[in-house]
Amino acid sequence: MSSFFSGFVIVGALGSLLAFFLILQMNNRSNNKPGQTTGHQYDGIEEYDNPLPAWWYWGFIGTIVFGLGYLAYYPGLGNFPGLSGWTQVNQLEAEQVIADERYGPIFAQYREIPVETLSGNPAAMKMGHRLFINNCAVCHGAAATGSFGFPNLTDAEWIWGGEGDTIETTLRYGRNAAMPAWESVLGVQGIKEVTEYVLSLSGREVDAALASSGQAHFTTYCTMCHGPEGKGQVMFGAPNLTNDIWLYGNSRMRIAQVIKHGRNGAMPAFESRLGRDKVHILAAYVKSLGES
Amino acid sequence: MNDFIEKNIGVMMLLILVAVSFGGIIEIVPLMNQNVVTEPIKGLKPLSPLQLAGRDIYIREGCSVCHSQMIRPLRAEVERYGHYTVAGELVYNHPFLFGSKRTGPDLARVGGLYSDAWHRAHLYDPRAVVPESNMPGFTWLFDTPVDAAVLPAKLRALRRVGVPYTDEAIATAAQGLEESTEADALIAYLQQLGTLIKDRR
Repeated sequence: MSSFFSGFVIVGALGSLLAFFLILQMNNRSNNKPGQTTGHQYDGIEEYDNPLPAWWYWGFIGTIVFGLGYLAYYPGLGNFPGLSGWTQVNQLEAEQVIADERYGPIFAQYREIPVETLSGNPAAMKMGHRLFINNCAVCHGAAATGSFGFPNLTDAEWIWGGEGDTIETTLRYGRNAAMPAWESVLGVQGIKEVTEYVLSLSGREVDAALASSGQAHFTTYCTMCHGPEGKGQVMFGAPNLTNDIWLYGNSRMRIAQVIKHGRNGAMPAFESRLGRDKVHILAAYVKSLGES
Repeated sequence: MNDFIEKNIGVMMLLILVAVSFGGIIEIVPLMNQNVVTEPIKGLKPLSPLQLAGRDIYIREGCSVCHSQMIRPLRAEVERYGHYTVAGELVYNHPFLFGSKRTGPDLARVGGLYSDAWHRAHLYDPRAVVPESNMPGFTWLFDTPVDAAVLPAKLRALRRVGVPYTDEAIATAAQGLEESTEADALIAYLQQLGTLIKDRR
């Protein structure tokens, strides 16, 4: 605050307190005798001008004294920081230090334990559950079973890999899947063919003729990420296409749509939000959810 | 003097106004001139036209009735939402959208917290992704195009109150938004909220 406004606040605040005091004195009437009137007469009604009751008078003085004390102790007078040095931020920081002292040793203890082992620790998993509910359930569901576009974490399928360290990496830095749109490359007929072929990978009933021409497209365009057999590659976050798990729906129409328009599933990064220690516990929790 | 004031209602009104405005003048006016309030934090940019359209949808749909955009410096809030809100982030907010009630969570740092796809699913039908949610669905945003024609005028109005839009930004504000729906605009607005301060604390 500029020194002008600082002075403005100080003069204003102390000046008002002084004004309160002076007005109080002006209306004190301590020399008046009980029963004395103001001299007003309205239709024969007179107005008493008694002294202020002592409790009220001293109560008022008390609030002024309290106000002065408050302004001395807390920051209130312009740039004067107050005798206590209190600020909202240093109160927060003090609370955080206390929390760190309390929880720090617990985190430090878990930090050393590998994800796989930690996932068997009931106390850590209780923490993990709360972290999950607060941070992950919004997309993956309270039961971690996922929903359309958000993977189920309770099965054995891991799009980006299910090892403890890989899960931790996913949580720390996030993931961005990049399934391109193939509409312009394959055309309407090509997409129809590839869709049939993709369905055939998981043993669904398909039009054999379409599927076999789809296979050629698949080999050219899809195997790069999804692998020659369509089993997926965790390195690219390319899902396995040979099982019954479909992130974006299992109907012919849904799958065709994914091939046509592409999909860019995004897992946000959590290390910057939660810190390394909590992510570590969360990774262990997520690991504990999946079928091994 | 008492006598005089009591009997002259105009004088009394004037003095009441002076007395009432005193607190405001001393408490509020100096704050409005503090550097932390008037200077944008490093990297703060005015909203893009699409984000600005989203902000106006946020206002129109009354999002701030249930969602605050103000993380207070309290440990519980900082743990949950991230770094407390600082005044310098809000320099270009006209009007501010602090809100005063949290039926839903605070949104001051919701930017980047969820993917765009999540926001689309959630805005269309919140219970599709969060079964416990009591937020209404905003289905109409998905088939209403953004009203791009008014954007240059909005940018100009904001510039008049101190948001540094360039002439070029105003001239091109309506361009390239032909395909955008209101949902796109709202998501663009949400995804930038609070993203400048990345630290948890």
